Amino acid sequence: MSKLIQVINLHKTYQTDEVKTLAIRGVSFEIERGEFVAIMGPSGSGKSTLMQMLGLLDQPTKGEYFLTGRNASDLSDDDTANLRNVNIGFVFQSFNLLSKTTVYENVELPLLYDHRKTNAQENRAKILKALKAVDLEHRIDHFSNQLSGGEKQRVAIARALVNDPDLIFADEPTGNLDSKSGTQIMKILQNLNNEGKTIILVTHETQTAKHAKRIIYVVDGKISSDKTTGSRLIAKNGERLK
Amino acid sequence: MWLLYTTAGAVKISLKNLIASKVRSFLTVLGIVIGVAAVIIIFSVGLSAQELILDQIRNIGSNLIVVIPGGSNDDGPPAAMFGIAITSLTYDDLEELRKKNKLPDVQAAAGYVMGTVKVESDTEDLTRSFLGTTASYIEVENASLEKGRFFTKDEERNMSKVVVLGSTIAKDLFAGRSPLDKVIEIKDQNFTVIGVFKERGSSAMGVTDQDGSVTVPLKTAQKLILGINHLALIRLKAIDEKSIKPLKANIAATLRDQHDIDNPSDDDFTIRDQATALGLVGDITDVLRYFLLAIGIISLIVGGVGIMNIMLIAVSQRIREIGVRRAVGAKRADILVQFIVESITVSLVGGIIGIILGISIAFLAAVIINSMGYNWQFLLSPFSIITAVLISLGIGLIFGVYPATKASKISPMEALRYD
Repeated sequence: MSKLIQVINLHKTYQTDEVKTLAIRGVSFEIERGEFVAIMGPSGSGKSTLMQMLGLLDQPTKGEYFLTGRNASDLSDDDTANLRNVNIGFVFQSFNLLSKTTVYENVELPLLYDHRKTNAQENRAKILKALKAVDLEHRIDHFSNQLSGGEKQRVAIARALVNDPDLIFADEPTGNLDSKSGTQIMKILQNLNNEGKTIILVTHETQTAKHAKRIIYVVDGKISSDKTTGSRLIAKNGERLK
Repeated sequence: MWLLYTTAGAVKISLKNLIASKVRSFLTVLGIVIGVAAVIIIFSVGLSAQELILDQIRNIGSNLIVVIPGGSNDDGPPAAMFGIAITSLTYDDLEELRKKNKLPDVQAAAGYVMGTVKVESDTEDLTRSFLGTTASYIEVENASLEKGRFFTKDEERNMSKVVVLGSTIAKDLFAGRSPLDKVIEIKDQNFTVIGVFKERGSSAMGVTDQDGSVTVPLKTAQKLILGINHLALIRLKAIDEKSIKPLKANIAATLRDQHDIDNPSDDDFTIRDQATALGLVGDITDVLRYFLLAIGIISLIVGGVGIMNIMLIAVSQRIREIGVRRAVGAKRADILVQFIVESITVSLVGGIIGIILGISIAFLAAVIINSMGYNWQFLLSPFSIITAVLISLGIGLIFGVYPATKASKISPMEALRYD
């Protein structure tokens, strides 16, 4: 079986009018199915850029990226959209829920773009299942702006889960949350990983990263270390993250 | 399926956004509202005005043929229309046109002279228009009498000093008293009132306003009032509508014979029929309508630019939303469709408000005009409503394409980074 993710000598350069920024400068690694990987590094290290390329939101300038054995550079815009829709889920630091929209509608969003044949009943079942996984069924008809930060992030996770993807990217998911809510989010991510989903967590906080099984350190666009987490943290509800 | 979802979702989003910022939405759709309302009103009022005029023409009768002295080309008005007195038409011509053996399709024909004259009763002293005509006037004009009688063929010829009053002038002269058998002075000569016309209403195409005029026998008017021998015009009533065309040719031939004219281009008369007049009025109101329609369309284009502007703002305000949608699997086409549907929805909402507003104003206008005493029908053209809907759809589409294309080209990565 092919690796889930295979990255070979990946580069990303941003070119503005005068300044050339080398965000990622030759990165190679592999990620197996079922892993929980934290990509760590200080801000500006290029870790978010790396995640965006892995999440097919951006194209590398140089190097190769294989997702489930498929070369990302061979994929069309529509192919990547379909992969993001079905195989990948995203959780962002700032939640990115749609305003003036209910919890249900936010979680429904990826289903609106599902190219496979689905019906309303199946969709409702999927949405309920995803909300159950984040323990938010009771908030289903609330508007997103009526929720607390932790609840918003859980809705965002439910949205990422609704199409049952293999791979979930979480970009600083606890960055805007208090420590208690942060723990809750990490617990959900660990549960999902236990159920077999591959989680890639991007963070600059050591404590958050320690919830992963493996930590890749990125400094100045290069990998400075890549090892199994020593003394891994297991999140328990009620505990504070720090 | 995805298209349906996207469309339904986009309609929902745009309606939500419209309601969320009411003032801005109102200003956005204002141009469309005004344009669409204008189109509806123009068509409705135009249709009603046309109907009013045509109704008045039909009132006189659509089987009428008019002979005017002086030649003209087919399109231009005859010289007589400009008040130039041309003496080429005479009583003999009228007599010739009445001959059944020559023109069997003529049901009736009447000759006319007209002018303005001093009219005095024992109490009043007025200046009014008068009409000198033949006894056949009643039949040609479909006129009817309230009381008394019209003058006879003999009176028409023997310069009888009898007069038939219009309904308004009868009131003006006698203020409620019966005018019958009373004597009035017309140009200082005594005339006996023998009848009063039924009220007819204003008549756009009538020779004169019958209600406000005095009508006297033709010869009497020619000799005693005007001192002329010619006729101002002749009107003929055809037995039916389909005989009008051949009849016009026969009339022309008869008159040429009468006037010793060999070449039709030397004609010293002009023959017109009511059908031509109907068509002419129709043409004029059509031209007016399309002109006003053009103004409506300009307003719609301005409205469309407003919508494009607001959609561009919406795109830049919602870059993050675009990013999220792209991240969860929306294709470029999905984003494109969403913003076009939103633009169409906004435009259509404006269109619907405009249709309602336009119908209301046209209806109000009908009520007001009716209260002023005109027989004004409230007419709505389904064509105008369909046009209005299609135009607002089209404007939403055309002016939505650019902002939507812009939105669909934003890269998801950049959109997600955007603050």
